[in-house]
Amino acid sequence: MMVQPRNLKYRVWTARIFMILFLCLIMFPFLMIISVSFRSGNFATGDLIPSNPSLEHWYLAFGIPWENADGSMTQPPFPVLLWLWNSIKVAFISTVLILLLSTTGAYAFARLRFRFKESMLTAMMILQMFPAVLALVAIYSLFDQIGSYVPWLGLDSLGSVTVAYLGGLALHIWLIKGYFETIDLSLEEAAAIDGATSWQAFRYVLLPLSTPILAVVFILAFITSIAEYPVASVLLQSMDNLTLAVGSRQYLNPQNYLWGDFAAAAVLSGLPISIIFLLCQRWIVGGLTSGGVKG
Amino acid sequence: MEADQKAQSPMTWLVWGIIGLIDLILLYGVTLMYAQEEIAFALIILLIVCTGTWVFISNKGYNYRYVFPALLGVSIFIVFPLIYTVNVAFTNYSSSNLLPLERVKLLHLRKTYKTDGESYNFKVYQQDSDYRILFISNKEADKHLVSQPFNETTIPSPLKTDFSPDLPEGEELPFRDTIKLRQTLKKLAIELPDSSELSMTSLRKFGPMSKIYRDIGHDTLEDVRNGNQLKPNYETGFYIEVPEGQPDSAGKQTGPGFVVYNGWDNFVRVINDPGIQGPFLQIFTWTIVFAGLSVFFTLVVGLLMACLVQWEPLKGNGVYRLLLILPYAVPAFISILIFRGLFNQNFGEINMLLNLLFGVQPEWFSNEFLAKTMVVIVNTWLGYPYMMILAIGLLKSIPDDLYEASAIDGASPIQNFFSITLPMIIKPLTPLLIASFAFNFNNLVLIALLTDGAPNIIGASTPAGATDILVSYTFRIAFGQYGQDYGLASAIATFIFIMVGVIAWVNLKATKRVLE
Repeated sequence: MMVQPRNLKYRVWTARIFMILFLCLIMFPFLMIISVSFRSGNFATGDLIPSNPSLEHWYLAFGIPWENADGSMTQPPFPVLLWLWNSIKVAFISTVLILLLSTTGAYAFARLRFRFKESMLTAMMILQMFPAVLALVAIYSLFDQIGSYVPWLGLDSLGSVTVAYLGGLALHIWLIKGYFETIDLSLEEAAAIDGATSWQAFRYVLLPLSTPILAVVFILAFITSIAEYPVASVLLQSMDNLTLAVGSRQYLNPQNYLWGDFAAAAVLSGLPISIIFLLCQRWIVGGLTSGGVKG
Repeated sequence: MEADQKAQSPMTWLVWGIIGLIDLILLYGVTLMYAQEEIAFALIILLIVCTGTWVFISNKGYNYRYVFPALLGVSIFIVFPLIYTVNVAFTNYSSSNLLPLERVKLLHLRKTYKTDGESYNFKVYQQDSDYRILFISNKEADKHLVSQPFNETTIPSPLKTDFSPDLPEGEELPFRDTIKLRQTLKKLAIELPDSSELSMTSLRKFGPMSKIYRDIGHDTLEDVRNGNQLKPNYETGFYIEVPEGQPDSAGKQTGPGFVVYNGWDNFVRVINDPGIQGPFLQIFTWTIVFAGLSVFFTLVVGLLMACLVQWEPLKGNGVYRLLLILPYAVPAFISILIFRGLFNQNFGEINMLLNLLFGVQPEWFSNEFLAKTMVVIVNTWLGYPYMMILAIGLLKSIPDDLYEASAIDGASPIQNFFSITLPMIIKPLTPLLIASFAFNFNNLVLIALLTDGAPNIIGASTPAGATDILVSYTFRIAFGQYGQDYGLASAIATFIFIMVGVIAWVNLKATKRVLE
């Protein structure tokens, strides 16, 4: 039986008030940005609830020209939806590739025997601590040279960014391997006795049992790719090729400060990603903690 | 026998076919690269082709089939760039020395000058997608020359011409369209029947042109007009123009430069050049302070929130948890940019609030201390949910009876925390804290998007700012607006590799301790 301190009620209230104050602080940027997106103009300051709400920034974020009160038209400053689409394309393709490569790799590391297995695993673990940020010069130069043979993989192409994101592979191999090891070996052994090859055991026994971790890795890799900034900022140049992460920065250029337009674009593009994350958070959190504790 | 049977199944034939096809394509690539003298690349791809083919065909390599693609990915996209970066650190690769010597030589050899001789007016005739040029002599108006046909994709070099009494077939192109075609026309090298050459000299004329330089061996070029020599200097990576009959020291450096290995020069610059060494040390210290503070504050806030959320009497903790995770759910680049706007000196909502409440408007981006404070605040906001998530998982694993026992002893929550909670979770938490330190050590996105290093360090010879961390410093040296110095950037990146390597090694030790 839990022993109840006498002043429990007082403590609960203190904790609750503290929590609510803290949440207000944490939520402030989000509430503010939503409010700013409904303000008119890019420099107007105002209260949390705008006094004369306007959809101006939202029209522009969706790529629709906005008619001002004096009859003049404001053109959308940046192709936000195109950027979002670019981001989704790049993230989707690279995620599928990462999933293919890391699942088969993890299977070998979890189930098969071969030479140098342990050292390869340790190497992967160390290598995943070297982010692509550290080798940007090399990545830039590499894709510059590849581009002279294969133009769609050269600089300023979405193909190059997609391929460059495959470097995020090492971490996911560890995650999936950890999950495979929790699955009972006896099922695959039974399949092997029935004459299944190791590929069949992997494809028809292990993979169907691993859908949860595959979903987690898919979401994690997808969100990581969408939010990736350094590599994309180095490889992409022309306005129509930018991903959202690189493009969004253009809004807050000191020479052309578009705070209101940025707010609408940020809410528009951030909302779907955040919702996906929150919907899947149970699994992501599980994956993060188990993967994290195991290494 | 068994191998034979396997080889006959249609599936195996399909696999062999696919491998053969991929190999053919890659080998074609290797030949192309070899032809362009990219021998290192050609060798690497050849190696990949060989091992790949062996792994997918031989039965011995069967188990490697599953790892090969992943290993290939890791080697190409992580290991190779790391090695390449270290390699670049020993060169003078930069925006002024961008191309290899061969390419720079070709650039010089392509330069032409106008020589004496007859120039021609011209007209372009179009027939379907093919063009012909009609050259009209200035001296003898009835002397016509007509070129071979060419189009934008296939241009014979040299383009031959012949005397012709008739006009070329097809339509004469209006002058406006001729101008549109000028990029193609500029590339043409016209050969006259007497084998002298013509190039486009103006929008309306072709005139006799000659190459300025000729190759006289040992990568040295000679100016055919005055006998001056262009000699490559393999130490500075520039051609020097030496007037005829004078010593090399009298030469003048001419651009563009080419890439050469310059040994430890970049590293020496970091140590000796006061405009780099000063900022480098300052930035290095700040990087460690920043990463340390980030880990500390995210841990404190995350742990506190985890304890509160896990505390049973506090009802509604599902909702609290969801709201507390929100900063982690929103993509970092969006939240960082939101903060950049909110902290803005003049239009930012934070300064508006502070002005309203306390009558102050701090200069978040131009005061060094305030800028650093802001960076840490924003990073704590971004990072505490991750710590909280990890801590919740670890707190669940602490048995309840420990707390019950301490409650009987009348311990306060703070005593509980320091004598039960913390000792129980610190061991499994250590590797995660080290990983978090490593992550923040290289947190380029935060710095690049929030402050971009501002405020600037005065007296730095490359762009450097007070809030810059090592990676963002490297990033600005390599890809900044004012001259890109890839060599120097790579030297600093090499230094970061060593740091990260040490951190990774410590982390490995700590993880092993947890598993034991």
